[in-house]
Amino acid sequence: MTQFKRPDALYDVPTHYCPGCGHGIAQRLVGEVIDELGVRERTVGTAPVGCAVLMYDYFNCDVIECPHGRSPAVATGIKRMRPDRVVFTYQGDGDLAAIGTAETIHTANRGENLTVIFVNNAIYGMTGGQMAPTTMLGQTTTTTPGGRGKNREGGPLRICELLSSLDGVCYLERVSVSTPKDIGLAKKAIRKAFTNQLEEKGFSLVEVLSMCPTDWKMTPVQAVEFVETQMKKVFPLGVYKDK
Amino acid sequence: MNAKTAKILLKGNEVMCEAAVRAGCKFFAGYPITPQNEVPEYMSWRLLQAGGVFVQAESEIAAINMVFGAAATGFRCMTSSSSPGISLKQEGISYITAAELPCVIANVQRGGPGLGNIRAAQGDYFQAVKGGGHGDYRLIVLAPSTMQELYSLTMNAFDYADHYRNPVMILTDGILGQMVEPIVPQEYQPLFDPAPKDYILDGCQGRKPRIVKTLHLQPAEALVEVNRRLVAKYARISGELKLSEEFLTDDAHLVVSGYGITAQIAKGAVLQARDKGLKVGLIRPITVWPFPEEPYLKAAKTAEKFLVVEMSNGQMVEDVRLAEQCRRPVEFFGVGGGWYPTIEEVLKRIEDHYPA
Repeated sequence: MTQFKRPDALYDVPTHYCPGCGHGIAQRLVGEVIDELGVRERTVGTAPVGCAVLMYDYFNCDVIECPHGRSPAVATGIKRMRPDRVVFTYQGDGDLAAIGTAETIHTANRGENLTVIFVNNAIYGMTGGQMAPTTMLGQTTTTTPGGRGKNREGGPLRICELLSSLDGVCYLERVSVSTPKDIGLAKKAIRKAFTNQLEEKGFSLVEVLSMCPTDWKMTPVQAVEFVETQMKKVFPLGVYKDK
Repeated sequence: MNAKTAKILLKGNEVMCEAAVRAGCKFFAGYPITPQNEVPEYMSWRLLQAGGVFVQAESEIAAINMVFGAAATGFRCMTSSSSPGISLKQEGISYITAAELPCVIANVQRGGPGLGNIRAAQGDYFQAVKGGGHGDYRLIVLAPSTMQELYSLTMNAFDYADHYRNPVMILTDGILGQMVEPIVPQEYQPLFDPAPKDYILDGCQGRKPRIVKTLHLQPAEALVEVNRRLVAKYARISGELKLSEEFLTDDAHLVVSGYGITAQIAKGAVLQARDKGLKVGLIRPITVWPFPEEPYLKAAKTAEKFLVVEMSNGQMVEDVRLAEQCRRPVEFFGVGGGWYPTIEEVLKRIEDHYPA
């Protein structure tokens, strides 16, 4: 029987995440990987603006909280000065794919030796459910009450596909935390993204499809169904680059 | 003269870089914008030569945030830009100030508002000294007036930044940036004993994890306490770091004032006026924040009037009025957009004060 143990990389505290939210799972996977690689004491994480901003209260390692979307630039400054440290960003879709798009693309293109954990829940969580760059066509949000329109808001940004053309990128994979099987695969991808950094292979990004029952106005079970039946169609899981 | 102090001939922008490198700057991120392009260009090879890191960022926003990250690792770091680019950096400057991290930011001012032009101007004074970004904060703002002072103040800027754990802005302009003049590159002499950098993020080996953050939600008073701490720090800086030059002010009936290159031009006019027997002096703030009020208040006891010269529509003039507490009239001479005063024009203004 597997014994459930909290990773050393996470504090023993309750999180502020809503019931059914995927952040807790994603952060636990990151914590487990940091433990398994034995790098907690040489890791610096960057907190985004969005639901995960308080991650410095959960991660038992050095953390810097960044302006909205600027984590890749802040992480660049840290990693360039401390190349022997493990530096990861943890960002939501608004942070990484809207306000921080320029930083994302250029950090990836420079091939910065960083690990990026990109949590895509297709909505702005912290501000109460507005349209995200990854909101899907037809999806209702508080700023697309009639559903996201192709000719009005444009379609969702697919970050893995977008970044896959850049020579500087080492590794891109889209995973999900919606089912136990997906969670296992997600952990494998996150571990690879950290290992790549330890092996100085360059920019690695793992996109994690995640549930937001509160702002999707669903039960946690319905939210899992939504990822399975809707999001995975628009955001197919898989490896988009592996150099 | 030994080799270390032999004069070197550089552009102002390069003088600033050379001083930064010699003061131990190890990280620079920047973006091209005229008239500061020599800064990233010079840093791109010189900083590498000195064992540092140079990054050409995708934007001024990215550059200031790279500096944010580098500053958190404890290394001396710098970014530069010119007016429109400095506007883009304001978000990051607010965060770095809130996080109380040291860094140096150079603004080689050009004409504005908007895209403006690429001629020298001083229209960013309010932005620099009153807080250009959101929230209550202060930058230490240094206003060098000559090449030699640009060199020494740039070195000092890194010391002030570390000592007060606050961003320091070097406020120059397109003239100072583009001028070529010989300077004596004096060796770097730290102004303070190095303070322990107990805020550095480098992995938590052998210690508790550290957090660099600017969000303070709970308890409700947390952010108020942060602001109180900042207020106390700014008061301490105000008490310790007001730098100015007083030139022939003891018997002056008219006191001219300006900062940066404008003060150099005004000084030329003051000297010519003295040759004509006119009792004119000059007060030149070297720190424009904190603003050195005391020389103005002292001069107001004897002088009849102040004349403030700026390459702007009149910004520092407000601080002069506050400094001398409206005891004497303060006239303004200047306009923004790339205009600069000549010695003759300033002299004419001085002579206007002394009717024939």
